[in-house]
Amino acid sequence: MKLFQKTASAILVSSLIAGAAQAQVSDDEIRIGYLADMSGTYRDLAGPGGLEALKMAVEDFGGSVDGKKIVLFNADDLNKPDVGANTVRQWVDEKNVDMVTGLVASSVVLAAVKVVEQADKLALISGAASSGITNEYCSPNHIHWTYDTYALANGTAKAVLAGGGKSWYLLTADYAFGHAMEADISKVVKEGGGEVLGSVRHPFPSTDFSSYVLQAQGSGAQVVALANAGADTVNALKTASQFGVTQSGQQLAGMVVFLNDIHAMGLEVTQGLKLTTGWYWDMNDETRAWAKRYHARFGSMPTMAQAGVYSATMHYLNAVKATGSDDTKTVRAKMAETPINDMFAKGGKIREDGRMVHDMYLVQVKTPAESKGEWDLYKVLSTIPGDQAYRPLADSQCKLVNKVAKN
Amino acid sequence: MTLIFGIPLGVLLGQLLLGLINGAFYALLSLGLAIIFGLLRIINFAHGALYMLGAFAALLGLQHLGVNYWMALVLSPLVVGALGMAIERHLLRRIAGEDHLYGLLLTFGLALILEGGFVKLFGVSGASYPTPDLLKGGVNLGFMFLPGYRAWVVVAALVVCFATWFMIERTRLGSYLRAGTENPKLMQAFGINVPLLITLTYGYGVALAAFAGVLAAPIYPVSPTMGANLLIVVFAVVVIGGMGSIMGAIVTGLAMGLIEGLTKVFYPQAASTVVFLVMVIVLLFRPAGLFGKEA
Repeated sequence: MKLFQKTASAILVSSLIAGAAQAQVSDDEIRIGYLADMSGTYRDLAGPGGLEALKMAVEDFGGSVDGKKIVLFNADDLNKPDVGANTVRQWVDEKNVDMVTGLVASSVVLAAVKVVEQADKLALISGAASSGITNEYCSPNHIHWTYDTYALANGTAKAVLAGGGKSWYLLTADYAFGHAMEADISKVVKEGGGEVLGSVRHPFPSTDFSSYVLQAQGSGAQVVALANAGADTVNALKTASQFGVTQSGQQLAGMVVFLNDIHAMGLEVTQGLKLTTGWYWDMNDETRAWAKRYHARFGSMPTMAQAGVYSATMHYLNAVKATGSDDTKTVRAKMAETPINDMFAKGGKIREDGRMVHDMYLVQVKTPAESKGEWDLYKVLSTIPGDQAYRPLADSQCKLVNKVAKN
Repeated sequence: MTLIFGIPLGVLLGQLLLGLINGAFYALLSLGLAIIFGLLRIINFAHGALYMLGAFAALLGLQHLGVNYWMALVLSPLVVGALGMAIERHLLRRIAGEDHLYGLLLTFGLALILEGGFVKLFGVSGASYPTPDLLKGGVNLGFMFLPGYRAWVVVAALVVCFATWFMIERTRLGSYLRAGTENPKLMQAFGINVPLLITLTYGYGVALAAFAGVLAAPIYPVSPTMGANLLIVVFAVVVIGGMGSIMGAIVTGLAMGLIEGLTKVFYPQAASTVVFLVMVIVLLFRPAGLFGKEA
């Protein structure tokens, strides 16, 4: 298997070198499109901030790669798959865009990557959650960078189980993402010797969670897990705090929670919550230095999705520089063979299914007394090594992985 | 414990109480809509955005001017109500007497501009408004833990709703209002300043929305989209109650809250649609709504 991979990549590399002999940067420009929800529910998670991170990456590269100018396009996908797919189609057809990044709502991403695959371009996904993106929907044309549902459910649920939380009750958003999350959590809980006492599927989106919180309280479970995201999670947490869920001895576990959510809710409501994140700004000097630059430009601290946009773009531009090409296969192969070592990840690697595997972090939200500033929100409890955090290739349904295995 | 349809009585009581709390919000908002429709014949799509403005006025007042919750409860409706009067005076008046569609489009456009502007300024995550100290904590009712603030919401909303009903149905000012609805020309001939009456009515309807916004601020995140999510349900409530019916709006608002609460126990997936189901059924059998007068 190892040997096969080596020969395969050797063949790939040699064919690429042959290709690289020709003039390789199309239109003499490197064209990048940034597609994200710029105005709706997911705006603060990636949105304009992610675009700023992208601009930082381009500027750090001096605006060009070996004299080839980097040109940016951006658009609002309004969280609508058809809008997202049409925008990307326009970009690749008319503007000859080489790479698309941002990519937030999973539904939009699944529509957009199909277009990217047909046009044989590259998509670097930073915002989206669904682990299906590199599982049943994997393609050689996209890479999932920052996190996914599998890693978040896995990381948080295991940690809570280890802390003694054995009986669970789930609040699930009633659509594909929530159901997938519920299945992921249930699996981890059962394998860890725990028990799921019940779940309630609430409509997406919901404003009033008091009824579901009451049902969760009535269940007597030790852990109330939130298999939802964004505003739903915010509402559920806020309601849980008002109804005294933690005071009555139950533990809350948020699955898809971002820095901007915690910031919006405040520590009074969220303190003590355990969650898994792909990155946090206040981890070491490197992350702090980058985050400070970002903060000075944008006015808030970056989320993991925004940092992921920077990291993915830098890695892409480095690969373009190294190969002197913006051809998808060439760049994709170079990206895969180069480990990712930057402020975002250490020793990160891109698998054949398109999953960028890197360490994840189990964090706990600080109490108001512990926090020293507006954005001092998490304390890092432990590091989850990348190969334990993400779905192992052995369990993958990705067509690209099966091909390798069968040979 | 007694079981009702397999659900413990305690759980059921808890859910009914929560339904009543939501119903209080529906009642407040649909009441404002009903008043505005009654006199102006305007389908006020900006109502959700104005509710959001009420919440933001409280939040910004607290953050920048030190206005506490109790003061905000009075000041925010006044400020937003004044804005409402300006909207009526300078925008809605220009299309008075035109087809309903013009009013609908104008207010819908206003809502989009307000919400878009606030998204630009504050983002979509919103911010948290602290529960006032006096109402922190709660009481254990045996079958559930009732946060003090939620109990207050029901009381405050009901008092304001019934005070409004009393003012419109039982006082002289209210009789002018109702007469203005019936025949504005005749009212004018009697020397009543109908345009002023209209401005004040719109302002009052808007102030009710802002009041609901302040009440909601400590419960839900204060965010630019908070009104848009609620507005459609509230419209359904108004339609079920009968467009323009004051009592209809209050009673239906509370009733829909209760029905939603029950749905959340028996089949939570349908909780967000049950109101519309009721609306369809009501429209089939009573097209003018439960409390509306048949035209």
